Amino acid sequence: MLAEIAANFPWWGWPLALFAVCFLLGIIAVPAGVGGGVLFVPLVSGFFPFHLDFVRGAGLLVALSGALAAGPRLLDGGLANLRLALPLGLVASTSSIAGAMLGLALPTMVVQTALGIAILGIVAIMATVPNSAEPRVGRPDALSAALGMHGIFRAGASGREVAWQAHRTPQGLALFVGIGVLAGLFGLGAGWANLPVLNLVMGVPLKVAAGTSSFILTLVDSSAAWVYLNQGAVLPMIAAPSVIGMMLGARLGARLLYVVPAHAVRKLVLALLLFAGVRALLKGMGIWP
Amino acid sequence: MTGHDPLAAPRRYAAWLAWGSRVGLVLLAVGFALYLGGVAPQVPIEHLPSLWDRPAAEYLQRTGLKSGWHWASLLHRSDMLVIAGIALLASCSIACLAVVIPVFMRHREHALAWICVAQVVVLAVAASGWLGAAH
Repeated sequence: MLAEIAANFPWWGWPLALFAVCFLLGIIAVPAGVGGGVLFVPLVSGFFPFHLDFVRGAGLLVALSGALAAGPRLLDGGLANLRLALPLGLVASTSSIAGAMLGLALPTMVVQTALGIAILGIVAIMATVPNSAEPRVGRPDALSAALGMHGIFRAGASGREVAWQAHRTPQGLALFVGIGVLAGLFGLGAGWANLPVLNLVMGVPLKVAAGTSSFILTLVDSSAAWVYLNQGAVLPMIAAPSVIGMMLGARLGARLLYVVPAHAVRKLVLALLLFAGVRALLKGMGIWP
Repeated sequence: MTGHDPLAAPRRYAAWLAWGSRVGLVLLAVGFALYLGGVAPQVPIEHLPSLWDRPAAEYLQRTGLKSGWHWASLLHRSDMLVIAGIALLASCSIACLAVVIPVFMRHREHALAWICVAQVVVLAVAASGWLGAAH
């Protein structure tokens, strides 16, 4: 049925539909607390006629442009911490190059199937792993102490100042190697994984973890995006409407942040991801081409 | 560590990031508007439906484009201007890192300075096009 619709659809309708879909994804991504890439890649690869190479390249750019737009404000406001982000960004951006090269070298159906499995895994993580606003940290490890991975932030509601300190840095670094590979391999961005690792493993307060996670994307997705760009996997007609649509949608989403119930939007995003994950898996296995 | 302003590096980084991403996005949007208007495309818009469902390697082969920085020699083409905007977005972190290295050095935060140097090298290697993929 999809093939029939695709055959009868005017060619210019696809970039237009892509812009509209990205605008809608941008609106729901912000209140749901996810980056755009994790929604973009499975949905667009599942329902648009574009090759997975171009979709992954555009997915990285969607995630990168969102992170770049937010980065300056997060740094100025102290919600993205450079001392925390730089070491983690370094390992993840290095491994994202390997992930991107692997993704462009593997057969498309293998990547498509693995994408479906990865998305279903992300749904499971997002649905079951709770975040912690201010995790308890015992003694900082030697590495976090040496790199100065600590700070103070102002809690939004009460306005009180909260001191924080990261711990389990070696474990965090090891996990960020894996996050980088997945980001480069699937073009997903990596916010969905950065946040729980920073918050639950390294004990960083939720607000700082969210801000730093977004900032780390500017490093991870830049290096992976260059690999895709150099290999011709960035098509202007796919990348430009995606980036522009997602950024305009995210602006509206940020305004709706205080109006729409975030919990309901998060459930909608989980349902969308579940559907897109199943679709990617079935497409990869040739069951629903 | 000395009695320095701990926000000096983040502020400098933020300022450069804001400018770099703004210029990249404007370039991308202008290039895309020209491309939609049919102004001097490298790959004509009407050819895209027969290309966008093919792998990237085949796209390069059929359009006469080459991997790596070939696009930079075609900046008079509107679609390559979009690519230039994207390249700028993917590069602006390099400039941001470069400008905070002296700040970290001045404040005797040598480990962070060297991490920035290593990150610049990683991004430069990724951007260089030396890392080919055996598609």
